[in-house]
Amino acid sequence: MDVGGTSGRMADYLRDHQDKVVGRWSELVVAGVRGRTSLDEVRRELGDLYGLIIRVLSGADDHAEGELRASLDELSRSRARDGFSPSETALAVLSVKEAVYELVADAAEMVPEFLAFSRMVDDLGVRTFESYSATRERIISDQVTTMMELSTPVVRLWDGIIAVPLVGTLDSARTQLVMEKLLDTLVATGADHAVIDITGVSTVDTEVAQHLLKTVSAARLLGANCTISGIRPQVAQTIVSLGIDFGDIATKATLADALALALRQAGLKVVPA
Amino acid sequence: MEQVPILKIGQTLFVSIQIDLQDESVMRLQEDLADELAATGANGVIIDITAVEIVDSFIGRMLTMIGSISRLFDAETVIVGMRPAVAITLTELGLSLSGVRTALNAEKGLEILNGKT
Repeated sequence: MDVGGTSGRMADYLRDHQDKVVGRWSELVVAGVRGRTSLDEVRRELGDLYGLIIRVLSGADDHAEGELRASLDELSRSRARDGFSPSETALAVLSVKEAVYELVADAAEMVPEFLAFSRMVDDLGVRTFESYSATRERIISDQVTTMMELSTPVVRLWDGIIAVPLVGTLDSARTQLVMEKLLDTLVATGADHAVIDITGVSTVDTEVAQHLLKTVSAARLLGANCTISGIRPQVAQTIVSLGIDFGDIATKATLADALALALRQAGLKVVPA
Repeated sequence: MEQVPILKIGQTLFVSIQIDLQDESVMRLQEDLADELAATGANGVIIDITAVEIVDSFIGRMLTMIGSISRLFDAETVIVGMRPAVAITLTELGLSLSGVRTALNAEKGLEILNGKT
């Protein structure tokens, strides 16, 4: 902030025209977001922001700048979470310039002050955008972590029988993770039957089939029998029409069938109690 | 060149690989094993690779060849104790060790051989 009269005069000017500027500013913002927030809500938000801008310009206290930054960060964080677009978020701050300009246009002597003010608002706009994208990045990385956690549970069905229920799309990174986890569990528990359940896998193409075959043959190298279960009718049709050959790998319609097969291979029998 | 010892326990030959496998030592093992199979008439071979951390395509192929040679002497080969990382490597190399049985540990390997009789 430049010291001296310029910003002080601007602060006085803004304070005198507070109602008019905030009103116009809110209208511009609400028009920009096409009615996703109410005019009153925006008015309250921007009113607070406007008060802080005046305090910063007048240079009255040292905390004003920090507070302004904090409330801008808060504004863009909530916009990012509510799914507003980047330009909508940035314009929420930048349109104050237009609101003020419409007033200043009639007062030629305020032009230098307005230029300084405009530069300040630009900085604020950049800051808004930065914290907006930081928030989005954080949301995305949180979601990736959640997805990875969701994707690889290895469950013990019986003594010596483990299962991996796969959900979603299989890519190389996930297959690698699933494979490592399955093999580690086989070694750690001494299980010799593994069931890979693909009920939750929506599409099976040649690449996914390739990944499945790799996982099965790696498990076999450890000495475990591997069964693929949960092949849905559409998936079965796709597999056949793509000409994918599962060779001598046992495939079953449901996890229950696969468990029954594994129990039989382990020499166990389920009888009514 | 390091030599891998071959132990005869009953009708089974037991090979535990405790060294970093070099190409020559694997070839030497293959020759020794063939000699031993011919001499003893054993009907099973257990190869323990718990200590093996690194394999390449040559060693993978030699393991398959050992299995094929043993079968000529009517002996079944079981490879036991493979580490997950080794299994992944062999799979990525496209080697599925056909003709060789695998088991999680030596105990389960022996069960496979005894169940055969």
